[in-house]
Amino acid sequence: MLTFIVRRLLSGAVLLFVITTVAYTLLYLGGGDIARRILGQNATQEQVAAKAAELGLDKPLLEQYGGWLSQAVTGDLGRSWFSGQLVTVGVSSRLAVTLSIVIGAVLIAAVVAVTLGVLAAVRGGVIDRIVQFISVLGFAIPGFLIALGLVLVFAINLKLFKATGYVPITESFAGWLASVTLPVAALAIGAIASVTQQVRGSATDALNRDYVRTLRSRGLGSNRVVYKHVLRNAGGPALAVLAVQFVGLVGGAVIVEQVFALPGLGQLAVQSTTNGDIPNVMGLVLATAVIVVVVNLLIDLAQAALNPKVRLS
Amino acid sequence: MTELVAPVPVVSPTRAKTSLMRRLVRNPVGLTALFFLALVALVAVFGPLLAPADPNAASLQTILLAPGEQGYVLGADSAGRDVLSRLLSATQISIGAALVAVVVALALGVTGGLLAGYYGKWFDSVSSWLTGLIMALPGIVVLLAARAVLGPSVWLSMAIFGVLMSPAFFRLVYASVTAVRNELYVDAARVSGLRDGRIIARHILSVVRAPVIIQAAMITGIAIAIQSGLEFLGLGDLSVPTWGGMLSDGFTKIYNAPVLMLWPSLAIGLTCISLTLLANALRDALERSSSTRKRRRAGKVNGAPAERAAVVGHADDVRAAKGEVLLSVRDLHVGYDQPDGSLTQVVHGIDLDIRKGEVHGLIGESGSGKTQTAFSVLGLLPSGGRVTKGTIDFGGLQLADAGENVYRKVRGKRIAYVPQEPMSNLDGAFTIGSQLVEPMRVVLGLSKQAATERALALLARVGLPDPKKTFASYPHEISGGQAQRVLIAGAVSCDPELLIADEPTTALDVTVQAEVLDLLRDLQAEFGMAMLLVTHNFGVVADLCDRVSVMQSGLIVESGPVRSIFNHAEHPYTQSLLDAILEDGEPRGALAPRKEVSA
Amino acid sequence: MSESLLDIRDLEVTYPIKGFGKQPFRALKGVSLDIKPGETVGLVGESGSGKTTLGRAVLGLAPVTGGSIRYREQEIGHLHRRQRRALSSEIQVVFQDPYSSLNPSLTIEQILSEPLTARGVDGKAARARVRELLGQVNLPADTADRLPREFSGGQRQRIAIARALALDPKLIVCDEPVSALDLSTQARVLDLFIEIQERTGVAYLFISHDLAVVRHISHRVAVMYHGEIVEYGDGDQVTARPEHPYTQRLFMAAPVPDPDRQEQRRADRRRLMDEQAAADEQAGAGLGAA
Repeated sequence: MLTFIVRRLLSGAVLLFVITTVAYTLLYLGGGDIARRILGQNATQEQVAAKAAELGLDKPLLEQYGGWLSQAVTGDLGRSWFSGQLVTVGVSSRLAVTLSIVIGAVLIAAVVAVTLGVLAAVRGGVIDRIVQFISVLGFAIPGFLIALGLVLVFAINLKLFKATGYVPITESFAGWLASVTLPVAALAIGAIASVTQQVRGSATDALNRDYVRTLRSRGLGSNRVVYKHVLRNAGGPALAVLAVQFVGLVGGAVIVEQVFALPGLGQLAVQSTTNGDIPNVMGLVLATAVIVVVVNLLIDLAQAALNPKVRLS
Repeated sequence: MTELVAPVPVVSPTRAKTSLMRRLVRNPVGLTALFFLALVALVAVFGPLLAPADPNAASLQTILLAPGEQGYVLGADSAGRDVLSRLLSATQISIGAALVAVVVALALGVTGGLLAGYYGKWFDSVSSWLTGLIMALPGIVVLLAARAVLGPSVWLSMAIFGVLMSPAFFRLVYASVTAVRNELYVDAARVSGLRDGRIIARHILSVVRAPVIIQAAMITGIAIAIQSGLEFLGLGDLSVPTWGGMLSDGFTKIYNAPVLMLWPSLAIGLTCISLTLLANALRDALERSSSTRKRRRAGKVNGAPAERAAVVGHADDVRAAKGEVLLSVRDLHVGYDQPDGSLTQVVHGIDLDIRKGEVHGLIGESGSGKTQTAFSVLGLLPSGGRVTKGTIDFGGLQLADAGENVYRKVRGKRIAYVPQEPMSNLDGAFTIGSQLVEPMRVVLGLSKQAATERALALLARVGLPDPKKTFASYPHEISGGQAQRVLIAGAVSCDPELLIADEPTTALDVTVQAEVLDLLRDLQAEFGMAMLLVTHNFGVVADLCDRVSVMQSGLIVESGPVRSIFNHAEHPYTQSLLDAILEDGEPRGALAPRKEVSA
Repeated sequence: MSESLLDIRDLEVTYPIKGFGKQPFRALKGVSLDIKPGETVGLVGESGSGKTTLGRAVLGLAPVTGGSIRYREQEIGHLHRRQRRALSSEIQVVFQDPYSSLNPSLTIEQILSEPLTARGVDGKAARARVRELLGQVNLPADTADRLPREFSGGQRQRIAIARALALDPKLIVCDEPVSALDLSTQARVLDLFIEIQERTGVAYLFISHDLAVVRHISHRVAVMYHGEIVEYGDGDQVTARPEHPYTQRLFMAAPVPDPDRQEQRRADRRRLMDEQAAADEQAGAGLGAA
């Protein structure tokens, strides 16, 4: 087990290295005249050159990246070139916002999707068709359209929630809840749809397995077989989809945050990439890549707990 | 690029695809989706020509004009531009951009998947690693970064998005190809002297084509959503009208003119929904065709029901059991409900009596209905199957179409079941021990400790050398023969009166079969249980059974004591089966010296 | 007449096992076998004995890691794809599973003409040959335009046989060709194999787990166990009066379709098992003493 975790962490580290290298190279190639953008149109040529030298923009790519990497390993990601804020501070404060809506959406999706999916697989018939229809719609409609619809109905017409803005949880729990409810709902609907489809499929598959018949022939009730054996066997594929959804939702959050004007990673990403704020962008890339690696590791561990065949290899 | 309006330009149509198309068109949902997409495609091509005004012509006089005013059918936007004209022109760019992404994803994913799946080796590892890498990247962040580098080009960012989506095709094609590569017909093609290129084109592309088309419809929808999303964020090229750009414009006026958001939302939403519905309809059509094939393969009863001629019955001989009748089946009919509401009958009215302590063989060829008969006694017919007529009397209980509450008192406790395939009948996610203990606790109400002790004793009784180790093992850690012993131990664990064994030795090697037959015989004597043995093997019948019933096409044609059937079979079908037996036949003999064969 | 068509010497096949530091799997541990023109050699064994691997090695579908396979004096164990393709008119195959051995989306004509067109036979000649082949395996000519799923297992196996015959091969590897078939179909397909052999003089390497089937069709029989041939000789002798302890166990394990003789067989088997166990013990004791 331990060697498994160590191996996954090592491969995760390799992944981080590759991603940051590629990102840095791309940013370097497309950087343009960043010093000019920072100082504005009125700055003199000398001021711009001095700024470029100060930021190390005149050095070759390898040296620049090497410098960034050696600092990053110690946890120092530098300061934003535009706001001067520490990247670690800027990214982590926004990460909290993004993660709170993404994790919220994933948890809701997991609970709702497992319930709906198993219900559809076990009951079949009309219930199955209704669940399938809803999940197809939820899957097909882009998340930001759902977000816009929610704003229009619940914030503007019904005035149940505020359309925009974010209240930190430390300030007021009720306020925080009200500010994240619509964004979480907007993200969760799409995730629920995909995961429901997967759970329904793998539960149907598990229900048709020979061992279900054999266990029932031994006198176990069908509910017991479903909740113990079918659910556990359907769990693995569902978790895999959940992991993919998690990564997808981090991306989807970018647009949803824009709709609800939430100060999350998305806002920072849009600003920093349009400006060419390399330290911030690298911080973002690193943060999202770390999330991906950690989520995949957790999912793999959960898979191993569910499936003894995975555990051994 | 705009000429590419057809959903997916992959391969030339063939027989399989045309029948798929026909099935798709018959599905109303699929047809509607297809119709709408055709409309979108037409607008994408001719939209700019149809636009009544210049989509970029701004005017201060017409800002936020309501629909219908001043000849502006859908009104005007925040800069006074004609919404209808913008919508018509935007379709071309939004659809075209999505298609760029799909074509790039298809080209990379399908070629990569084919090569990696068919040739494997280093290309396999490299491309799998790359796929993992790409899938680990959050798409939007990459697109944002790419925009910073490459500027606001719709086409370029969609090409990059195509690269990001290529794993979806890669994994699909890779999985299908690795599955097909091991199909025997690919081996046969290789032995026939076909080149790799021809094998891929003929045997492999035809398999991946349909799933790739379905996936392409899905990906097109996602590409439209992402492209619109980017435009919505204001990251697109502002000089051209797009659906996402129009939505963004409407969003800024959400309080004044929410109707501006309606038109692009409808365009985006309906197109994405149509693509998904189309993909689903295609999948349904595909699954239906493969499931009918599977059903046929599983052995539906062939031919029309033979008319119920009199069953050839043999008188009891001295050695046949004379006990009280335990299971009495009368005029049993079993049928399967079809999706179209009809009923396919697989058992056409059979009578069967099993006495206490008797081993009764039910023999027949595939599709004769013998397994269906066994499942209907257990009340465990596959979904859709039910007893349509007749009675099943088990020690006074009526089992035909009985509910769960009746069967709860019977299954496991009084009737037990030994299946054919040992491996697939154990749940791979639980230890052997827990699968034995759980039913005993439920059925016999034993404590965990008592059930564990009993399970260990049973594992020893069925001849497993190390019961403790087997108890703690997972199914994949033991052999097929051991798994069958475990299943037999489970079946007798609650001391049943009737054991239904469905081809219990068919999946086993001959030497293991002999041992399992010995075990079944010993246990039958020890527990004094009756047995219904379903088999196609006359050797197994001769080894175990007291009486035999011969099944053909859902009917029992001959029934009687085992010696009487073997020695004086009267029904022509039984005779033909006995004649086909090869055991102890004449050997072929040595190769006779022959003249030179002319080739 | 003693000249061999196929001569296998000390053949070894080893499959690498995925994963670092795993022991590779030795499927064949030095197998020798020969087949004369027009002869059927039966190959009997249980699952995991290596009998299917031996057939696949002859077909060039398994990795040969040692020894030699000589076909008409030519070494064929390590051929390139191109050279292997040239052999397709010499060595052919009929597989066990008649469902997965025919591509479900191709018509029977497309399936049967595949080996012909691969060798450059033109369309018209190929179509004529397909009709001829269908006749040889007793299937009606209108079979050609239908899809595999319209046929039963036995008919599909006839189609697979027709495909194997398309290029007039000298040797056909038959890998459990009747195991998936019902009893009555099995007998008819076996008779078809014999009839074709008597007419064309083709040789068979006939792989099966069933001693009775092998006895029915084979001139000589080889018995495989754990990747090795333990007994090889005259068909009647090996299948009725086996000498090797494993073959004896195999022989005794198959139940006889007659209640009284099976009772006898059961007693014989128990006696044999006891004798062999005693002999093993003695050998073990002897080894221990020495």
